[in-house]
Amino acid sequence: MLVDILVDALRTSVGPTAAAYALLAIGLNMHFGFTGLLNFGQAGFMLVGAYGVAITVSTFGGPLFLGVIVGMLAAVVLALLLGVPTLRLRADYLAITTIAAAEILRLLFRSTAAEPVTGGVFGLRQFGGAFFALNPLPDDRAYLGPLAASAGRMWVMLVGWSVVLLMTLLVWALIRSPWGRVIRSIREDEDAARSLGKNVFAYKMQSLVLGGVIGAIGGALFALSLQTVQPDTFLPQVTFYAFAILILGGTASTFGPVIGAVIFWFILGMLLSGLRTFSDAGLLPEFFGAQAVGAVSLTFVGVLIMSLMIFRPQGILGDKKELQLDVS
Amino acid sequence: MSPDPRPDPLEGTSAEPGVAKADPILTVSDVRRSFGGITAVDVDHLEIPRGLITGLIGPNGAGKTTLFNLLTGFDTPDKGTWTFAGEDLAGVPAHLVARKGMVRTFQLTKALARMTVMENMQLAAVGQTGERLLPALLPSLWRPQEDALTERADELLVRFKLDHMRDQFAGTLSGGQKKLLEMARALMVEPSMVMLDEPMAGVNPALTQSLLGHVKGLRDNEGRTVVFVEHDMDVVFDISDWVVCLAQGAVIAEGRPSEIGSNPAVIDAYLGSSHSEAPVQRRKRHERRAS
Repeated sequence: MLVDILVDALRTSVGPTAAAYALLAIGLNMHFGFTGLLNFGQAGFMLVGAYGVAITVSTFGGPLFLGVIVGMLAAVVLALLLGVPTLRLRADYLAITTIAAAEILRLLFRSTAAEPVTGGVFGLRQFGGAFFALNPLPDDRAYLGPLAASAGRMWVMLVGWSVVLLMTLLVWALIRSPWGRVIRSIREDEDAARSLGKNVFAYKMQSLVLGGVIGAIGGALFALSLQTVQPDTFLPQVTFYAFAILILGGTASTFGPVIGAVIFWFILGMLLSGLRTFSDAGLLPEFFGAQAVGAVSLTFVGVLIMSLMIFRPQGILGDKKELQLDVS
Repeated sequence: MSPDPRPDPLEGTSAEPGVAKADPILTVSDVRRSFGGITAVDVDHLEIPRGLITGLIGPNGAGKTTLFNLLTGFDTPDKGTWTFAGEDLAGVPAHLVARKGMVRTFQLTKALARMTVMENMQLAAVGQTGERLLPALLPSLWRPQEDALTERADELLVRFKLDHMRDQFAGTLSGGQKKLLEMARALMVEPSMVMLDEPMAGVNPALTQSLLGHVKGLRDNEGRTVVFVEHDMDVVFDISDWVVCLAQGAVIAEGRPSEIGSNPAVIDAYLGSSHSEAPVQRRKRHERRAS
């Protein structure tokens, strides 16, 4: 029974959802970890990425690659819309604006008026055909031994984690460059950066766009892996899951979001699977049954973020020395 | 004051507020800034002489830092114009002001704490190819430039005695070292004019001497113009070629250090209209020390 739970957890931790969340966290790391931009609306970027694919393919019958590009372009537009009015203001304004914008998008996409395009509350489905048609893996067998991944799931995982690796490399290359140096200086003190001739607004905007696009790619991957999008997938807590992953892995460490995503989903997978198993075996009180799954995962994320902040604020890969410095 | 072999560029400049200089690098006209009902800065005319050290003094709340903020684009005046090296700078954003050669430091040091001392220095160089998003991805495009500016930064760090802290986080520096770093970093921009906001505040006396030496070096060895805000009159009288006194936002007196301490308007501003001897005595003490 315990082995089953562990296998379940492992399966979740390397699954497509974990890869999608790793991408969300990589984008957030660009925003929050390196630039100091408090983006609480990563779910909004994920949403436009997911719906970019879904609407292009499912509603308008366009090709898949166009859908991915539409999703990324939508993220660029969203970042510009959010950034132009707020990036000149203090950091808190961006936080307020992003969380509101993400919610507005979700409510807009689920509204009756938008139903002909977005499918309203029911969302859209069947848009990943072209993606799975590209799958070179023979589908007469399961992959990864005890994890028993189907060929389709294996294909999403391969593509997903490759994209994660690619984006990690991109961020790594950028952050170690002079561009990244300017970005980090803005996190430390944007007036100092300004006094040294750096166009702070332009750099913040580039960071917001870049992190948003990476989040949108995560959204597209998420939609493709599930073969369906529903607006209520993109609740604000999605952003906080991504923040938990980022803090767990180590804010401002290049590889942190990837490690964070795997470990986060391992623990969450273990919790949910354990809950289900014990509940089925009648070992848990009734009120703690299958309905409690959502509440438990939310509680878990809250407790995780709190305990990280108290006991290991630098996360797994972060540098504790950095945190002890007084930033002022 | 150190003996100066050059002809005195301020020869014949009379000690009155708003007086024209023979060769001004910065000319301020009619700049006003108010916060609510309080007029923080109200400068009718002010010229800063090129290649010299100008001390900006005034009691607390006189508008010195606000004037710095206005001139460097960190704040916007209600009205007014100013030209720097012949260019109109009113309305120009702060980062462009810096690129035009007018670089400021801050009263509360702004060392970039979680970056190394070297990164602080490298950051400040202007016109870096690798600071653009796409070239940043191709190190071969920016590596040679990076090596050159690292070399320049290393030389400055040696000069400012920070070379042993090169790879430490700037946040670990002492208060005085942060002041040194900020000055060295400003020089990486290669400015023609440096504006130092209280460079000696909170620095121990030994380090003050070394900082003073560096400020003089900016003028004597590199021909840069320096404007600095300072409260320590001994320091002001020691290194300034020219002193400007602000009170309640306006320029109330200008002159050579030898003239300014005995200026009644300055004494008024510092001590209220019931005169005291204090500034004069300070100046005399200073003159005794210098002779």
